[in-house]
Amino acid sequence: MPNLSLQFWHVWPHLDTLFQGALLTIALTVEASAVGLVASLLGAYVLLSGFKPAAALVRGYVEVIRNTPFLVQLLFIYFSLPSIGIQVSANQAALMTMVMNFTGYTIEILRGGVQSIPKAQLDSAKSIGFSKLQTFSFVVAPQAIRNTYPSLTSQFSLLLLGSSVVSAISAEDLTAAANYVQSLNFRSFEVYIVAAGFYLALSALCRITFAAIWRLTFRRWE
Amino acid sequence: MDVIITYLPSLAVSAANTLLLFLACAGVGAVLGLVVAIMRTARLTILREISRLFIFVIQGTPALLLLFIVHYGIATLGIRLPPALSATVALSLYAAGFLGEIWRGAIEAVPRTQWEAARSLGFARTQALLLLIAPQAIWIALPATVGFLVSLMKVTSLAAIIGVVELTKSGMVIANLSFEPMIVYGLIAATYFAMCWPMSVLSRHLEKGQHATR
Repeated sequence: MPNLSLQFWHVWPHLDTLFQGALLTIALTVEASAVGLVASLLGAYVLLSGFKPAAALVRGYVEVIRNTPFLVQLLFIYFSLPSIGIQVSANQAALMTMVMNFTGYTIEILRGGVQSIPKAQLDSAKSIGFSKLQTFSFVVAPQAIRNTYPSLTSQFSLLLLGSSVVSAISAEDLTAAANYVQSLNFRSFEVYIVAAGFYLALSALCRITFAAIWRLTFRRWE
Repeated sequence: MDVIITYLPSLAVSAANTLLLFLACAGVGAVLGLVVAIMRTARLTILREISRLFIFVIQGTPALLLLFIVHYGIATLGIRLPPALSATVALSLYAAGFLGEIWRGAIEAVPRTQWEAARSLGFARTQALLLLIAPQAIWIALPATVGFLVSLMKVTSLAAIIGVVELTKSGMVIANLSFEPMIVYGLIAATYFAMCWPMSVLSRHLEKGQHATR
């Protein structure tokens, strides 16, 4: 006889465990997207540099990342690195794979963003004596990010939700915390529903934060 | 390397399982997604709100948690589904949430004047939707739909975590047996790539084709 009564009170004593997991989920997502953003700006630059072999390499990388599952990328990193003598913890492997995955999507987005900057701006930057690095960090990067802001932020949300997969290699994120809690109280339905609620709340929080960042920074340029 | 050749037949079988899971989820997901899209564009507010909530929940929850809720969650309530069925249910719901939203966008992208023209010619709402709006909406939705199918193919790999023996799961088993994780997971990744890449190319091609006609 199915027992369909929901007993959410079994979850409440474990809320702090879930919070701990949520903190790691947030940390992983923020770190991966920060590193990934810088890496993909460089990748976009290479694509536009006109140096054909390097551009082909980046394009190949983007295709491989976009057409293989995150889980397989994660397993590849986590189990292959030790086999060539590099020891990584589950959390480190999770972070690395998230950076790689995020980059695969954002390179293309940022390439469009960099391309949308008028050539005259690069010339003016040069004419007032900006070095290449200065032009990149004060002229190109901020505008590329602003022009692609909506696509980038939705990639961030996808990364946040996708990060739940890292629980498969025993990284200690929110989903892993939910797995742990349901192994203690055997109320997996309620636990996973609460965890799903956490993710919903986090992605709503992201949207609010990104809107606020937009208002505080980029909108003032217009 | 010999180890890989030994396991090649079982890899082929599990690749077929991945394809099967993908087709099942795409099929059921498309039917449900169509319902969601029609509800989303319905005149009744309650239908619109229900489908909006559905899309919000599906798109805001990790696919992995949907799998856990359906497979482990429902089991503690006393209904035990085999892993493959749980995966099909969960990922079909996932597909419905995304396809529903893509198709809603496509239906709304058809100019309003088309609706008005149909109405003024005496078409009923359903007739207008089926005969006039749908054919145009399908064309508009095609690139994004194929693009989502790539995501769906990749998401089927998560079924491995609840124990469905598809490509990723047999990759995990073979990597453990052979102690060659790099080769095995590389091969698994290549197989996924072979299944996803043609769809990615098709999606981009369709997108370009549409811009050219405009």
